[in-house]
Amino acid sequence: MTTTYREAIRTALREALTKDPRVFLMGEDVGKYGGSYAVSKGLLDEFGPDRIRDTPLSESTFVGAGIGAALGGLRPIVEVMTVNFSLLALDQIVNNAATIRHMSGGQFNVPIVIRMATGAGRQLAAQHAHSLEGWYAHIPGLRIVAPATLEDARGMLWTALQDPDPVLIFEHQTLYNMEGTLPDAAGPVDIDCAAVRREGRDVSLITYGGTLQKTLQAAETLASAGVDAEVIDLRTLRPLDTATIVASVRKTHRALVVDEGWKSGSLSAEIMARIVEQAFYDLDAPLARVCTAEVPIPYPKHLEDAALPQPPAIVAAARELVAHRV
Amino acid sequence: MNTREHGLRLLHEMLRIRRFEEKCAELYSAGKIRGFLHLYIGEEAVAVGAMQTLRPDDAIVATYREHGHALARGIPMDRLMAEMYGKQEGCSRGRGGSMHIFDVRTRFYGGNAIVGGGLPVAVGLALADKLQQRPHVTACFFGDGAVAEGEFHESLNLAALWKLPVLFLCENNLYAMGTRLDRAQSQTDLTLKARSYLMPADAVDGMDVEAVGAATGRAAAAVRGGEGPAFLELRTYRFRAHSMFDAELYRDKAEVERWKARDPIATLTAALTSSGAATDPLLAAIETSVADEVDRAVQFAEAGTWEPVDDLVKDVCAPHDRARSSSERAA
Repeated sequence: MTTTYREAIRTALREALTKDPRVFLMGEDVGKYGGSYAVSKGLLDEFGPDRIRDTPLSESTFVGAGIGAALGGLRPIVEVMTVNFSLLALDQIVNNAATIRHMSGGQFNVPIVIRMATGAGRQLAAQHAHSLEGWYAHIPGLRIVAPATLEDARGMLWTALQDPDPVLIFEHQTLYNMEGTLPDAAGPVDIDCAAVRREGRDVSLITYGGTLQKTLQAAETLASAGVDAEVIDLRTLRPLDTATIVASVRKTHRALVVDEGWKSGSLSAEIMARIVEQAFYDLDAPLARVCTAEVPIPYPKHLEDAALPQPPAIVAAARELVAHRV
Repeated sequence: MNTREHGLRLLHEMLRIRRFEEKCAELYSAGKIRGFLHLYIGEEAVAVGAMQTLRPDDAIVATYREHGHALARGIPMDRLMAEMYGKQEGCSRGRGGSMHIFDVRTRFYGGNAIVGGGLPVAVGLALADKLQQRPHVTACFFGDGAVAEGEFHESLNLAALWKLPVLFLCENNLYAMGTRLDRAQSQTDLTLKARSYLMPADAVDGMDVEAVGAATGRAAAAVRGGEGPAFLELRTYRFRAHSMFDAELYRDKAEVERWKARDPIATLTAALTSSGAATDPLLAAIETSVADEVDRAVQFAEAGTWEPVDDLVKDVCAPHDRARSSSERAA
């Protein structure tokens, strides 16, 4: 079946709303407008206003209300338009959703799913285009996932809803129009393990979300230059599947992290630290990374393109790594 | 229950809170209780008056100054004291301490130490009740300081817009930590703010336990009847410092004394005595019973045990197989 990333998420939402009467969707313009990225288009007519709930522009309160509804026995899916807006709900996510199980001595848990768009690439400038999922990945008590493929867009939501604890799903905004085919039987997928999207011997390219396709393109270019790159899609950013990363590095002995987040204090730094902790003696070259330039994302296309990780930079960084011969 | 018994029970409940907290202050000085300790002394009529009107299936959301609410709600004093100590026999397994009291048996959802942070959660609890057709009320306690937070306005708006069964109980003790209401608010009539969201709102003498009970009883019945949220401003006063680290530079001793003259426990005691409902021996018996309960709670907490350090990361997330296998791989 030919579909898009957007439709795959909509199918997952429809499946969840159909299968589980406790599930409802809540957020800004998810109903009549059809979702700011048109993900939930048509669902209001199908499921009615009790289960597809348009909210006022009150991020902290509708996310907090999702937490309360989860405590009250429901399975809310809360949509926040973009990761930048989620900062208005940071109190509820970090101080409540992430803490309540531990702080209550295990008496309460918060089975909420929060979806949001992340990332740059559509000239939306510095308040709609940042990649802050790494911040959330810092927080114990949260599970952070980033679907980069149609299969994951289709399958991660249901699994996230089965998790008794909060799960944040980061959907890169350049992926919504991505087309491809899904088997008719496509359904839930695990949200624990990283996936090897391309096998290779010479260098491990470790990425997730919006930079997976760019990294796969770079790997094709590298192949034509005789460099056989392995591409790892992290899929789950917390808890990190360190074992898959380390197994790949033990095979290739070289690793490059590609992350649309900034370098300083980042997820890419965390991945590199884990490789150093667990596979230092397997390395034949220094670790490297390609990240977003340390600037707020600019509006003009040429500057936005220059700020973000792009295939040529990934190719160049990988070639430099393989040039280190032991 | 007749009026006399009812009055004596309210007195007993307020005294339980007063004597429990006096003991907590003592234990703080002795180093048995650490962290932040915010005492409710002076405000007991609010929690006791309000809580008696609620049903066991109703939900409670409270703040970091919540020992009174926890006791009035029926969380056993011994488990509460063990929590103050940080012992694993405490109602939150010792992990929360004074500011984070949780209890699943009484639907007590914290103990939130972010001012305003409990209001959205209360809205969601009420949404869950409404969507599942359960006739419950969510009682949400917060202070005058929370009225300055965006979450207050967002939550009142959403609860009113969706006609959710939330009873907003604003404990106006005149100070947000050290900042008096008129130094923080352009409009100090808090009921006007609630009314602007089209919900019924009243101000009540929070030093009068019977008045609090009557007002919350009426408001809770309306909320339970499906009329949407309601707001009560309970005008009260904190007799003690904000926490144990407060030199009280921001208020006059004379002001404190004026409010202490309206002590809700002394007021009710005088009323019960003058009506003949209470006698000195009866009052002494209540004090003895409360003192015994506090003593037993301290003994329970002293005898409690520390959670094993091996359990440190227990209950960060559910111990499901998936999470375990991931963390094992990560290790």
